[in-house]
Amino acid sequence: MFSGTLLSLPEMMDPIVQGRSLREGAITMDMPVLADNGLLVPLRVIVESPMSEQDHVTHLYLLSQRNPVTRMAVFHLGPWSGRAEVSTRLRLAGSQKVVALARLSDGSFRWRQADVIVTESACVDGS
Amino acid sequence: MSQARLQLPPQVAHGQVVRARLLIEHPMDTGYLQDLAGKPVPRNVIADLTCEYGGRQVFRVEPSSGISGNPFFEFFFRAGETGELRVSWVDERGAKGELRQLLRVQPPSSRPPA
Amino acid sequence: MRRLLAGALLLALGLSWGLAAAQQRHISLEQVRSGLSYAGGDVRALQADEFANPAQLWLQRGEQRWSEPVGRAGKSCMDCHGAVKDSMRRVAARLPALDRQSGQLFILEDRIRQCRQRHQQGPELAFESDDLLSLSLYVSQASAGVPLQPAADGPALPHVLAGERLFMQRRGQLNLACTHCHDQNFGRRFYTDPLSQGQPNGYPVYRLEWQKVGSLERRLRSCFVGVRAEPLPWGSTQMRQLALYLGWRGQGLPVEVPAVRK
Repeated sequence: MFSGTLLSLPEMMDPIVQGRSLREGAITMDMPVLADNGLLVPLRVIVESPMSEQDHVTHLYLLSQRNPVTRMAVFHLGPWSGRAEVSTRLRLAGSQKVVALARLSDGSFRWRQADVIVTESACVDGS
Repeated sequence: MSQARLQLPPQVAHGQVVRARLLIEHPMDTGYLQDLAGKPVPRNVIADLTCEYGGRQVFRVEPSSGISGNPFFEFFFRAGETGELRVSWVDERGAKGELRQLLRVQPPSSRPPA
Repeated sequence: MRRLLAGALLLALGLSWGLAAAQQRHISLEQVRSGLSYAGGDVRALQADEFANPAQLWLQRGEQRWSEPVGRAGKSCMDCHGAVKDSMRRVAARLPALDRQSGQLFILEDRIRQCRQRHQQGPELAFESDDLLSLSLYVSQASAGVPLQPAADGPALPHVLAGERLFMQRRGQLNLACTHCHDQNFGRRFYTDPLSQGQPNGYPVYRLEWQKVGSLERRLRSCFVGVRAEPLPWGSTQMRQLALYLGWRGQGLPVEVPAVRK
């Protein structure tokens, strides 16, 4: 179990991006700065995209800097989505950066990070 | 039987972008915790979830242990015709779940453009 | 004459101690606050979300179980009790209460288990099982908004006092009593956690720590473990006495269902 070691941003994203074009921005991340409890942290991600046949988001990765498993979720989207927006609830093992990484239909990537403080780690034995 | 709920607007217009909210009962066990007797609870999470509508996949997510227990997803898709949404998922043990719900779509207006 | 007076004085003192102990509120009725007021924004938002409050999954199950025929009698709860909103209107707000037949102190889960066994003659609803929690939550919802008011006088009084003693008793390796945190330090932080008053009006509750719905008894056990004390056994009278005292102590707080807490 590797929670506790903080990955660098390249360590988080390179395995997915694999050298293709990567630019920061065009993504909104709506997440509390201070999480009530690491076991449930709400997150909304919006990628600016026309979601047309020619120009849309194909995949949206949610990456954790500190969790034992970096890839928290992968969303598959397309022009049928209408909007490149998803919301979910994360589990976070301590204070860290969360990265939203979007793959576009032209093969390029956009990314955005958000910092969150988690005072109670999710990955402890709670009875 | 695990519980699940899907929220869709009561009625939408053809071509409208619809918001769906989905809540599924599943512990999303990480494998890092113990039960009340001190025995480790093995890892088991929903690994794949899809939503089909109008004969095609309109949403898919591959969650992991980093998604909170009783996973919640909110997603969007374009409304076509009145039809059934079928959400199905499978966890790492192979257990499957399914939820079906009707989406009511107003047919496109037949009035000719002005 | 003096002995008579002394005796009368002792009797009066004894009586008044009996009454006074129960009447002694460390938190006045005006000061009682639900745990919700100590919760962070995310927890409050989760509770307020009528669709996506995670406890809704248990309420959904509760609704299904309520109308499901069970056991040799082939009866559902609905067959005898009808719509839960009508028949169970104040039930959760008046429990724990003494069962007239057995004289035992019953929490809502005890009452449901007894109904299942005696009237439905169906399979046992185990403590902390999803079926029991769901039914308990569903029945509690019928009392949503109703102020807590379990009977604390008459035959219930000794149980309230026993519960009070449990609340005031130091225990565990940390050698703390409930009162130290929840009467004397609510509103302050325990490390980073704001301490609540420890009120029972939101139970059964969806606790983020558990990632599921759980009972008041389970939550109290967590507290025992928290101060490194041996928890009271499941189903014990003492746990019910503590629950009754908490209900008296939190009198007037509206039943909050479905509640979410950290």
